[in-house]
Amino acid sequence: MSGISKIVGRGVYVPGNDIDTDRIIPARYLKCVTFDELGPALFYDVRFNEDGTSKNHPLDAPEHQGAEILISDNNFGCGSSREHAPQAIQKFGLQAVIAGSFAEIFHGNCTTLGIPCIVMDKDNREKLVAAVQDSPDAEIIIDLEALQVICSNSIYPMTMKESAREAFLAATFDPLDNLLSATSEIRQIAEKLGYA
Amino acid sequence: MGRNLFQKVWDDHVVRQLDSGQYQVFVALHMIHEVTSPQAFGMLKDKGLKVAYPERTCATVDHIIPTDDQSRPLSDEMAEKMIQVLSDATEESGIEYFAPQSGSQGIVHVVGPELGLTQPGMTICCGDSHTATHGAFGCIALGIGTSQVRDVLASQTLAMDPLKVRRIDVEGELPPGVTAKDVILHIIRLLGVNGGVGYAYEYAGSAIDNMSMEERMTVCNMSIEGGARCGYINPDETTFEYLKGKEKVPAGSDFDEAVERWKSYASDADADYDDIVTIQAADLRPTVTWGVTPAQAITIEERVPSPDEVDGLEKNLITDALDYMQLEADAPIKGTRIDVAFIGSCTNGRLSDFEAVAEVIAGKKVADNVRAIAVPGSEKVDKAARAAGLDKVFAEAGFEWRLPGCSMCLAMNPDKLVGSEICASSSNRNFIGRQGSPTGRTILMSPVMVAAAAIEGRVADAREVFELTGAAS
Ligand code: SF4
Repeated sequence: MSGISKIVGRGVYVPGNDIDTDRIIPARYLKCVTFDELGPALFYDVRFNEDGTSKNHPLDAPEHQGAEILISDNNFGCGSSREHAPQAIQKFGLQAVIAGSFAEIFHGNCTTLGIPCIVMDKDNREKLVAAVQDSPDAEIIIDLEALQVICSNSIYPMTMKESAREAFLAATFDPLDNLLSATSEIRQIAEKLGYA
Repeated sequence: MGRNLFQKVWDDHVVRQLDSGQYQVFVALHMIHEVTSPQAFGMLKDKGLKVAYPERTCATVDHIIPTDDQSRPLSDEMAEKMIQVLSDATEESGIEYFAPQSGSQGIVHVVGPELGLTQPGMTICCGDSHTATHGAFGCIALGIGTSQVRDVLASQTLAMDPLKVRRIDVEGELPPGVTAKDVILHIIRLLGVNGGVGYAYEYAGSAIDNMSMEERMTVCNMSIEGGARCGYINPDETTFEYLKGKEKVPAGSDFDEAVERWKSYASDADADYDDIVTIQAADLRPTVTWGVTPAQAITIEERVPSPDEVDGLEKNLITDALDYMQLEADAPIKGTRIDVAFIGSCTNGRLSDFEAVAEVIAGKKVADNVRAIAVPGSEKVDKAARAAGLDKVFAEAGFEWRLPGCSMCLAMNPDKLVGSEICASSSNRNFIGRQGSPTGRTILMSPVMVAAAAIEGRVADAREVFELTGAAS
């Protein structure tokens, strides 16, 4: 695993507060035993009518095809703990999410998968969104080291959970190897608490 | 300064601090089900890993299982496959599996407590956000994603940040017709859907103390709907009484010893909290949602809000929610016509929920325009309800009595809303499309309020419909 210090790509804005994981990936797409096929189902019911015709969602706008950075509003990813939501985001080709705030379980799931969740205040987000709408081709650089987002020669301050930032930079965002390196300490706790 | 329950359980279960600053926490009980867990076994295989502590994980099937015909193979091939992958994986790894027709199958958060797997002072994880339910027993119970399910299977531990603790005191006696569901809907309305981010909620106060374990589970269940990572209630005599004699609970002198240990986890009287909120039980009324988040709730006596009352983003939220729900601004919620009534889910699918409803619907009939279903939370609930003749009371009133499962709470099985049908539901989420139709609508409420709506064919005040004047049920 290598570290993540920068994400570079084009942006797409999906407006709304409290966008829940049922909306990010409707429950019927949870019928799967691997996550591989989830990309096309991202935001399905907000992107398509029941007859399959497009609702002209930003993700389907020609100018945003191939965008790598999702921008949204407050409390993004609330609701169900389904990892299918960040999996669908990643399989769709998105590499980072910028929002006003995130729901916790969603944030944790994203971090483990290597999707940085970037927090940006409303003023800066509005300016960034305006920049993306004006020139959808503009490159956005998310710099985790400098805690800056750069787009069209403007710099937007960002924050993120410090433990997640550390983990991205140190390439330990998938914690499993780290967790497994403490087998004897784990055993001790299990025995002490009568769990083993 | 004393410690609260969260701190005590945390201190006992922390293995060490990780370089990232997070902590590695031992998981005492891990529960898995067919929707978010089969993928984790694949991930383990890819890494050549085995389940480290199979005796600390239990499995059941609930999310996708049909509630009308459970004969195998299931007609939905993918559902069949998911259940098969889970049962094969559990067999291979030596994990106990509560299969359909075993007598112990059911919704994961109903099964854990009724078997006595859930015990005070534990850290509990499950790939499901309503794991907080188990907090009713004084546990730190967390919903996790599939990669974390993998972590727990492989190491029995989890990487996480510590939480702040907000104590929410509900003081006094609940008025007649006001239930545990109304308490938690009120709390979420008050503190917002993200008011709990970064927190564990400790529910306390005399109204909580007086609740049964099943009512406490209803309250803790929806902690996540308020953004809290988990919610808990300090263990007390009610807790120990409930656990006594349960299948997985120690018996005899071991039980007495366990009780002493369990007691020690309760928050100290001088414990420190990051925040304290006090609510007067007497102020509460039967509460229902009007919008598309559980915080968009009002009492049955109130009117739906109007976007004109507020500015900015809030305005759009109200306008969008009203549009979606096809409700008129500033109109009373009472009287809103419904199509479907659903009683069930891990929030309100326990025996006491069906008992409370049976008591009031006996001799009454579901309105002609309403499709009403009652889905017990587990095989044990189903069995006990049938033994008491509740299934007949429901059937005579016009409810369909189903087999156990999550059913219309998330509609991954054939139980779904059709088109823009509107459902009075005892479940926990009224998100857009939650009940299986992209345009389906949900109004959350307590089981007795669902029963009142089913009978009237409209959102109604259970206190009037059933003349509830006595003690709260
Ligand atoms: S009943 Fe609903 S909320 Fe509870 S576990 Fe099942 S799907 Fe999740």
